[in-house]
Amino acid sequence: MFKKLLDKQSPLLETTGNIWYFLTGFFKNTFTRGFEWEEFVKQCYFIGYKSLGIVIVTGFVLGFVLTLQTQPTLKDFGAENYVPSMVSISVVREIGPVITSLICAGKIASGIGAELGSMRVTEQIDAMEVSGANATQYLVVTRVLACTLMIPLLAFFADTMALVGGFVGMNISGSMSMTLYFNKAISSLVFSDLVPATIKTVFFGFVIGFVGCYNGYNSKRGTESVGHAANKAVVAASITIILIDAIAVQLTNAFVYN
Amino acid sequence: MPLFITKRMETAIEIKGLKKSFGDNEVLKDINLTVEKGENLVVLGRSGEGKSVTIKCIVGLLVPDDGTLNVLGHEVTQLNEDELDELRKKIGFLFQQAALYDSMTVGENLAFPLSRVLDMKDKNEIHEKVMDMLGNVGLEDAADKMPSSLSGGMKKRIGLARTLIVQPEIVLYDEPTTGLDPITSREISELILQMQKKYKTTSIIITHDMECARITADRIVVMSDGKYIAEGTFDSLQKHEDPFIRSFFNA
Repeated sequence: MFKKLLDKQSPLLETTGNIWYFLTGFFKNTFTRGFEWEEFVKQCYFIGYKSLGIVIVTGFVLGFVLTLQTQPTLKDFGAENYVPSMVSISVVREIGPVITSLICAGKIASGIGAELGSMRVTEQIDAMEVSGANATQYLVVTRVLACTLMIPLLAFFADTMALVGGFVGMNISGSMSMTLYFNKAISSLVFSDLVPATIKTVFFGFVIGFVGCYNGYNSKRGTESVGHAANKAVVAASITIILIDAIAVQLTNAFVYN
Repeated sequence: MPLFITKRMETAIEIKGLKKSFGDNEVLKDINLTVEKGENLVVLGRSGEGKSVTIKCIVGLLVPDDGTLNVLGHEVTQLNEDELDELRKKIGFLFQQAALYDSMTVGENLAFPLSRVLDMKDKNEIHEKVMDMLGNVGLEDAADKMPSSLSGGMKKRIGLARTLIVQPEIVLYDEPTTGLDPITSREISELILQMQKKYKTTSIIITHDMECARITADRIVVMSDGKYIAEGTFDSLQKHEDPFIRSFFNA
């Protein structure tokens, strides 16, 4: 009976073991001599700069829609003045980091999964490994660290654009000067709004890079597996981001806002 | 008193009782093989017989189920990751589809192992070595091209150049002429032989191209049903009593 149970659980145990092995490999190679700076900068460009467009548009629309949806209700209560604060707090604390990360999970994790997956299928990773070059350091460490650095910056851009979107939204149905809007939006933010949110996005970035690399690097042979790697990368990264967010909110509530 | 001088051949690869299965499919049943230093060994066999599996075990890309695998004095199955990487630096592997890094130019493909495997830092020195090796395979003009713009034969040449640029002691060729026309195929085979003589490498060449075997082989082993069933020179195997072995040569 015990053997049956173990057989049933063995794929789960195997995956857990593989993830652990990949994770320790990542940390070991991060601190090994010969960091690939050139590839890291290249990946920062691809992951950060090339995602800026979608993040800016999403951030803007997020703030814009949030304002248009809440303004009429707050107006009924004579609390229209609170719209900038509401937009800035909700965007900076929660919506900005999470939506940016989910969008990046779709764009970046799938891209990394497909790229490394096709490299595995065409034996490029095997070629790198058998040459004695450090494939993990070149392919995995650079991409994971680039994501860890770039996702917080992208979230910052999204937050800023959401405030701009909120200002445009305010002035479509009502009227508020730019100075007043941004003054209210920024003055309502405190240090404890920014720090936990930023720390959260660092973890989100790590997850996006790590999950993308893990699925791509360990994809099976055959072209079909490239699609699977990309798909699994998006699903796993998105779920992990949401789970981390749930934990982060609890921790923040317990230790920061209490 | 006559003086007898015996030329002692050094062993580069020694495989004993190698076994490897994938699920229920027992691919390698009992592989025993010795390759001397400087020798060109050709492995013949039908597709799906596990020829590539053997050489992938040699470089540690696959882990055998049983048997010993001694390469350049190291037991491959006993090495840790770092030791395996060190051994791999002495072994070149030419993949069936050349496996060029498609996000890099040809020049960058060749420079990649130089800076990482040989730890070369000087960019001029790297460039010089890359151009020298491209000259060896007759593709000096391809340095700035992307792999996607190369023909099959050119990819094989570049793959060969990238494999040999670090001057490995052993080179493993996985079907180096598959998918090429007979003329290009012969050119690649001659290039393999030429490079082997120049760099004095030990080679295992997996193929079912008889022209390639004839040009490159010092010795040939024939694989069937997960075992090596015959070995000898091209001429001796051509006249072998077993019709299965002869059928390779008469095809």
